Amino acid sequence: MDREEPSSEGQPESPGYEYEASTYARSVSDPCQDAIATLYSFLDGELTSESRVKIQYHLEECSPCFAAFGFEAELKAVIARKCRDDVPDSLRQRVAEALRAEDVPT
Amino acid sequence: MADKEHFAEQAMGYMSSLYSAALRMTRNPADAEDLVQETYLKAYRAFGTFQEGTNLKSWLYKILTNTFINSYRSRRRRPTETELDDVEDLYLYHRLGGLEAAAAGRSAEDLVLDRLTEAEVKDAVESLPDPFRLAVLLADVEGFSYKEIAEILDVPIGTVMSRLHRGRRALQKALQPFAEQRRLTAPADVTS
Repeated sequence: MDREEPSSEGQPESPGYEYEASTYARSVSDPCQDAIATLYSFLDGELTSESRVKIQYHLEECSPCFAAFGFEAELKAVIARKCRDDVPDSLRQRVAEALRAEDVPT
Repeated sequence: MADKEHFAEQAMGYMSSLYSAALRMTRNPADAEDLVQETYLKAYRAFGTFQEGTNLKSWLYKILTNTFINSYRSRRRRPTETELDDVEDLYLYHRLGGLEAAAAGRSAEDLVLDRLTEAEVKDAVESLPDPFRLAVLLADVEGFSYKEIAEILDVPIGTVMSRLHRGRRALQKALQPFAEQRRLTAPADVTS
């Protein structure tokens, strides 16, 4: 299924944007808005290869977007890493016993 | 048609991730254990209908999610969708100094994100209302594709995307106080 963002079509090339600290809002131009709009689809690996290449190209030349994408990618990884729990042995035994009991004729 | 005798060897390997997901869903160990056991029993009974060659993990998650929604979700009062804290994109990044930190040669994620404790991240995830929490869990923790999540939750892909988007922003809002605290207690200069 095609989930490409229609808004990324027909945008001009990035204007070779100059970095300026803490002026993100002011500095955002259309290619940046397109990039941020597809940020999650990009990080989730859900963009078409054409859209993906477009974003990658933008990230190579836009350090504010590159930094923001890096942050979001790390956040996603941290959430995955820190939401793990060990299964209690008692649960493994309970499940194994419950499955065995299924096959015992009553 | 799948062979019931092979159920255990194929399905038991997923217990660890099913149990973690069940804990985030029910928010308590006793319910999570019951939910996992019920999931395995239902899966075992229905294993004959499982199509060999399709994705066993997402099939198990569909059973887990349906069981949770039908039997566990109403046991305690939960925040509803309308109570969801919604904020702008890149909320946490901006609150942590985003570009300024990057300009100073230290990225906000290196300084703060990895210092978040497991308990803090779990708390923040568990604070999300059910539909958003399920989407974030399935995408970020389990790594399912949008299409797989749509099948597990039985909603259109567009709904998956909007729940993920809103859920992640609300998660950033929930993580923000913890992250601020980590930042304040971080060493003054870790780059030297």
